[in-house]
Amino acid sequence: MAAAESYPDDLKYHSEHDWARVEGDEAALGITWFAADALGELVHFEPPEVGSQVTKDQTYGEVESVKAVSDVIAPLSGEVLAVNEQVVEAPETVNEDPYGKGWLVRIRLSDPGEADGLLDAGAYRQVLADQ
Amino acid sequence: MSMPGTLLQTPLHDRHVELGARMVPFAGWEMPVQYEGVIPEHRAVRTDAGVFDVSHMGELEVEGPHARELLQGALSNDLDRLSPGEAQYTLLTNGDGGIVDDLIVYRVGEHSYLLVVNAANRETDYRWLKEREIRGSDVRDVSDDCALLAVQGPRAIERLGLPAAAPFTFAETSIDGVEVMVNRTGYTGEDGCELLCMSEDAVRLWDAVVGRGAVPCGLGARDTLRLEVCYPLHGNDIGPETDPISAGLGWTCALDKEFEGVDVLRRVKADGPGRRLVAFVMEEKAIPRQGMTIEGGGEVTSGSHSPMLEVGIGMGYVPAAAAKAGTELTIDVRGRPRRARVVKKPIYTRED
Repeated sequence: MAAAESYPDDLKYHSEHDWARVEGDEAALGITWFAADALGELVHFEPPEVGSQVTKDQTYGEVESVKAVSDVIAPLSGEVLAVNEQVVEAPETVNEDPYGKGWLVRIRLSDPGEADGLLDAGAYRQVLADQ
Repeated sequence: MSMPGTLLQTPLHDRHVELGARMVPFAGWEMPVQYEGVIPEHRAVRTDAGVFDVSHMGELEVEGPHARELLQGALSNDLDRLSPGEAQYTLLTNGDGGIVDDLIVYRVGEHSYLLVVNAANRETDYRWLKEREIRGSDVRDVSDDCALLAVQGPRAIERLGLPAAAPFTFAETSIDGVEVMVNRTGYTGEDGCELLCMSEDAVRLWDAVVGRGAVPCGLGARDTLRLEVCYPLHGNDIGPETDPISAGLGWTCALDKEFEGVDVLRRVKADGPGRRLVAFVMEEKAIPRQGMTIEGGGEVTSGSHSPMLEVGIGMGYVPAAAAKAGTELTIDVRGRPRRARVVKKPIYTRED
């Protein structure tokens, strides 16, 4: 079952519909409910390699539904520490739980200050409202 | 005719919106791509019954004492094998043996035929036949008068309360008070039918079919269903530049009769095609898409995720030497080489 629409207050958001949960000098990254809903049920996640670098505002992976492919944009920069293998095996996990079990990667932040430039939940909702 | 930038709407447009469909442009029409989701809709058709609005498709009537002569010279399959009440999958071919359109021809009466054609080719086909009209034949585009619902799935016929009938036959009847032509045809590989009715009856028919338990399905599921059973899509897998022999549609070509492009097709058949349209299944996690390159000189013409097999599947042209089932292919998935294997068509068959 797809999750109900939500944008948790404890996350930081990128206007390209990505989120980051910052914990010290690490962060979990994923895509928002809006992105998952727009794509439909995900059937493929093309992850980056563990150990590779991701750069804020740039593509680090792809998610695909039956009909569409979408780049995943990094909200923050850093080194990939882990890829969520549950999502690789069962991509629909992202639709079911986009902010929990549906995280995509964990990174070690190369510049924790970058997070200050991201949106809070209220500002991200405004981005959606303005579309 | 539509204004540039204006999309045509079927008589069921408002029903789709009310049901929460995601509407997209398709061949000049605003059509539902999905309601609940491509995957549940796809599975509904494979396990029970689904209904698709395919009213965007074109209907051409060809009538007159020489209608047969006109069509026999334009269509690839042998029209003389059809008795009134029967239908046939056939191709409209050009002088190069290319495929102008693929369609189903219904023999309505002794001198009366109905052609159901692809939405994108409706005007091309009409003009094509109109230009070739001969005395005693009359071609009319009656698409605007007609609505077409495809009801597909192992329980489709039972849910509609219809008797069993042979594939590629049709009959007039009524369903819950709506007059329909029931055609035992479809584009999903499942049992079922396509219901042709007057445009003004479309909403009543749709509501009756949905009321009988058919799940509303969009064009997204229609595409994944047809790909699993390797039915070609005109504009993707076949077109004016591709010939039926290479596309594996030689069975639709009566090479012993005269029709446009037949000389070219006889030659291709005799020489053997240089490339063939094959079906393949991905052996690595990846979803092939139309336009991707197949290593060694090939191209993906249709690709998707298979909801039944839960892997990437597709069709594409490869050199004839690489067309045998079991041959390993390498597909360039946005810069990443991914392994696939040629399989026998269809890709999906129900395990009974």
